[in-house]
Amino acid sequence: MNRRSFLKTAGTSLLAMSSWTRRAFAADRGPIRIGLLSPLTGVIAAGGRELVDGFNLYWEQIGRKAGGREIEVVVEDDASNPNTALQKARRLVEQRDVHMLVGDILANTGLAVAEYVKGNGVPYFIPVIAADDLTQRKRIPNVIRIAGYSTSQSTRPLADYALKKGVRKVITVSQDYTFGHEQCGGFCQIFTEGGGSVLQQFWHPLNTPDFSPYLPQIQSAQPDAVFAMETGADGSRFIQQWANFGLKDKIQLFTSMNATDQSIIRTLGPEAEGVISAGHFCEGRDDPANKKFVSDYEKAFGKLPSIYAFSHYSGAMWLAEAFKAVGGKVEDRPRFLEAVRKVKLSSSPLGREVSLDKYGNPIYDIYIRKVVRRLDGKLWNSPVEVYPAVSQFWRYDPEQYMKQPSYSREFQGIKKA
Amino acid sequence: MSRSAAVFAMVAAALCAVPFVAPGYKTSLATEMLIFAVLAMSIDVLAGYAGRTSLGHGAIFGIGAYVVLYHVTVTGGRPWAGAALGLLAATAAAVVFALLAIRTSGVYFLLITLALGMIVWGICLRWTSVTGGENGLRGSVRPDWVAGPVPFYYFVLAATALMSFALWRFVHSPFGLTLRGIRESESRMRALGYDVSLHLFVGFVVSGFFAGAAGVLYAFFNSFASPATVALDQSVAGLLMVLVGGAGTLVGSFVGSVAIISLENFVSYHTERWPMVLGLVFIATMIFAPEGLVGRARLVLARRPGRSA
Repeated sequence: MNRRSFLKTAGTSLLAMSSWTRRAFAADRGPIRIGLLSPLTGVIAAGGRELVDGFNLYWEQIGRKAGGREIEVVVEDDASNPNTALQKARRLVEQRDVHMLVGDILANTGLAVAEYVKGNGVPYFIPVIAADDLTQRKRIPNVIRIAGYSTSQSTRPLADYALKKGVRKVITVSQDYTFGHEQCGGFCQIFTEGGGSVLQQFWHPLNTPDFSPYLPQIQSAQPDAVFAMETGADGSRFIQQWANFGLKDKIQLFTSMNATDQSIIRTLGPEAEGVISAGHFCEGRDDPANKKFVSDYEKAFGKLPSIYAFSHYSGAMWLAEAFKAVGGKVEDRPRFLEAVRKVKLSSSPLGREVSLDKYGNPIYDIYIRKVVRRLDGKLWNSPVEVYPAVSQFWRYDPEQYMKQPSYSREFQGIKKA
Repeated sequence: MSRSAAVFAMVAAALCAVPFVAPGYKTSLATEMLIFAVLAMSIDVLAGYAGRTSLGHGAIFGIGAYVVLYHVTVTGGRPWAGAALGLLAATAAAVVFALLAIRTSGVYFLLITLALGMIVWGICLRWTSVTGGENGLRGSVRPDWVAGPVPFYYFVLAATALMSFALWRFVHSPFGLTLRGIRESESRMRALGYDVSLHLFVGFVVSGFFAGAAGVLYAFFNSFASPATVALDQSVAGLLMVLVGGAGTLVGSFVGSVAIISLENFVSYHTERWPMVLGLVFIATMIFAPEGLVGRARLVLARRPGRSA
């Protein structure tokens, strides 16, 4: 045996051995356990169900295996309550030994869990929790917004679009909490910096049954358009009352993406048609990966997917990529987190290749969407324009941007004319 | 007496052993049970002894938690100073609540305390610049030497033991007897020359102080307060613990807290319809043991032949 052939055989047998041992090792490492927190009861229970469905749908499709390990999803109900969310997060980590946490819908539940993992370093992934500062001024290294978005990210292109369409005077109507303050902030800042003016801002409490105190005031102020930021039942009530008051064909209505999300418009009729919003998800978009996701989801659950299902489906894809990159070794947290940050997700329903900026927030194409009827009569959001590669900082310099205060009821970034 | 001393020693030993027999998550669950037992006891002082059912104690509890978190995370103060301020703020809130509520009884008392609690909730929700609005206040506020879950458990255990003793002394003192007298007949107490309003006022403030103390412990435990912490749900949870355990017993608060928190946890583990199961348990308790688990157990024990003497 000459030296070369010795090296060859030794090399291959070593390789074979190492791959054998690796496989043996993988076998007794057990499954990757993912703790999924979702509001299955409480104010946003319907969304919580879709979140779980969307997340599981992807794992089912790839045979519940990624990176050479089984995937086990442990679901816990956060009851739409931050204290419960915290309790359940503790339980998932301390009792069920999950390797990571994923989920939550309401900002307050997500922020509570983020505070908990800040102390113990457990990776926490938030496809829906959008609070700006989680990837801006108050970053936590182990909290990553996979397939998620920051609140003001999508309303800035919407403001730009409105300006382009000749809108100069707007009124904003919004639920009075951080999510609303940030969506309106993004909109108002771009809108006023581009020469528009904000005539008035209405802040109403969550679960407002009746918008009639606001609608006549809007009518008499005669704005070119209204931006409404509504989630949940407030969204459908606002759109209905907007039409009932006869404002629908007189004033253009722009909304946050939540207000025309499938979770809302699937219960609405003609009153929702023509409403314009902006978002990174657009169920009516003509793209193979997006169409496949929408039709798979529709087949499995008999309805069009909402933002919650979409985000967690894409989030699962994102995680699967990261699992592959680290060969299933999620126990090595720094490496695993690095792999999650490095993921470049292509052919996902998110559109063309998506990656995180260096602050941990994805850069996406944002679609200006219009509610229209599909051929079978169902309402859905169809794209009318696209803003490519929008970051959470829009066109601002990140460091410069973060010197301005966070959006709040008091600070809306409005530039005085 | 020696018998109850033995029972007491056994319970104490069991409580001390918790971190060893049930480490990890279960210890933190036990910590939470103790904290809620204190809240329930504070409600029991009014509901069980003075016959005034309050739905505002969740708010007092929450004020304690909010103030600690605000002091430590926003103004950068020390945890102990925060705890003192939290107690002070909760007691001050109890004074205000008491002044407005003590002249009423029955359903009116319930409604006034409910309304006061809702005001606190509304303030926490809307005063965004101070309370963080819907997002609440977050941050680790636990003093360093009880940072770990096990030392913290013992700290809460010691604090709870101390407070339970204080409350036990309080309700069994002559003053506590006057509260029971007021529960039985306000007019007769007045005829006997007692200042009923003053007694109720003091009772309410003392009870509020302990609710605030529970809130301070909760802030240490949870590192987080939001409008949900001061919401009506919190008051109702405390009251349900009292009712399930047995009003007017103090011990019942512990039984109720353990029963409800463990039910919440173990049932939600198996079904997402856990609120329904919880509801059925409450209904069953009201039908079969309206005096609460402890009250029922006492009745059963008293009826047992051979012990009637």
